[in-house]
Amino acid sequence: MTDRKMEILLGNLLRLGVLVAGAVVLGGGLLELISHGSQGVDYSVFRGEPASLRSLTSVLQGAVATKPKHLIQIGLLLLVLTPVLRVALSVLLFAQQRDGTFVGITLWVLGVLLYSLAL
Amino acid sequence: MSELEFSLLIFLGSLLAGGVGALTGLGGGVILVPLLVLGFKVDLHYALGASLISVIATSSGAASAYVREGYSNLRIGMFLEVATTLGALLGAHLVGILPKSWVATVFGVALLYSAFQSFQDRYKDGQPSTVPSDPLAVRLRMESTYPTPQGLQPYTVHRVLGGFSLMGVAGMLSGLLGIGSGAVKVLAMERVMGLPYKVSTTTSNFMIGVTAAASAGVYLSRGYIDPLLAMPVMLGVFLGSLLGARILSKAAPGRLRLLFVGVIALLGVQMIYQGLRGGL
Repeated sequence: MTDRKMEILLGNLLRLGVLVAGAVVLGGGLLELISHGSQGVDYSVFRGEPASLRSLTSVLQGAVATKPKHLIQIGLLLLVLTPVLRVALSVLLFAQQRDGTFVGITLWVLGVLLYSLAL
Repeated sequence: MSELEFSLLIFLGSLLAGGVGALTGLGGGVILVPLLVLGFKVDLHYALGASLISVIATSSGAASAYVREGYSNLRIGMFLEVATTLGALLGAHLVGILPKSWVATVFGVALLYSAFQSFQDRYKDGQPSTVPSDPLAVRLRMESTYPTPQGLQPYTVHRVLGGFSLMGVAGMLSGLLGIGSGAVKVLAMERVMGLPYKVSTTTSNFMIGVTAAASAGVYLSRGYIDPLLAMPVMLGVFLGSLLGARILSKAAPGRLRLLFVGVIALLGVQMIYQGLRGGL
């Protein structure tokens, strides 16, 4: 596969990821606004999000229980994962081109990304 | 203000930020953070979290259109990502450590710098370099071609290590400020590595999403990413950037840039003022 074909495949993957993430965020957002839309909001003081919205596993648990905020957070995480997935797919495609140097470089980038998400 | 009103207003603001970001090639984050902080009185940390999300949305959204045209260089992008992701991780950790006033001041300086950069770029050149590539670039097979009205044009790649170190700085700014730091990335590729302008901007666009993803984990675990705030931001910026990209083909770019320069220079001065005064 040429670099050009790789780019097109990866580009389509990105678009799909953004659309899916956007749909989940929109769905969660509508649920949230229907149930709590009239509540007041204030972001002027930083309190930090509650623990249940701070890690991958707790966000997943909340989303399974269809809590609107957790659903939105899942959508946002899907969005964050889209470029990560693109990097992961690049590893396979560079491997197919038998370009060892770039397999190494891309694996390194993927490692840093996964490390940061696992924090 | 109720949640519904707030979401709608943020959505409209983000639509504008995304549109202007796409039109100027600087991304939405650079406008979004001052808009949230100064316009909606949102705490800087929440604003940085929402902005980071918007950066990934614009980058991934625009990338599919750009790659189909064959401008962006995957090899160069991936190689430079080594520097930007490490820088981003470092920057994201520094947000929790540095005082807010410092972050605001750095942001202000980054805005003023972007304004200056945009102002200089208002008469874009396009001379292809005839000097042979950096040996490292040849070894990494970075040389490629890009489409021009005269057909596919080959280009050479220079000062790979210089570009690489500047990318580390770009990554750090991105993690620290929740922006894509596209201006620094384009600068590193165009001015330092001698790549054609369109190759630089589109490769930068691809890189922005990956760099931002590297700081997203830290932002999430520190509780900077609020779903209710990020929801209208993500949807607004994404739609705005699609609209902006449509308008781009019809608008006069020189005038757009000049307008943009004025707006972000003003915001930059205000951010620095607030940062130094400690009003955030």
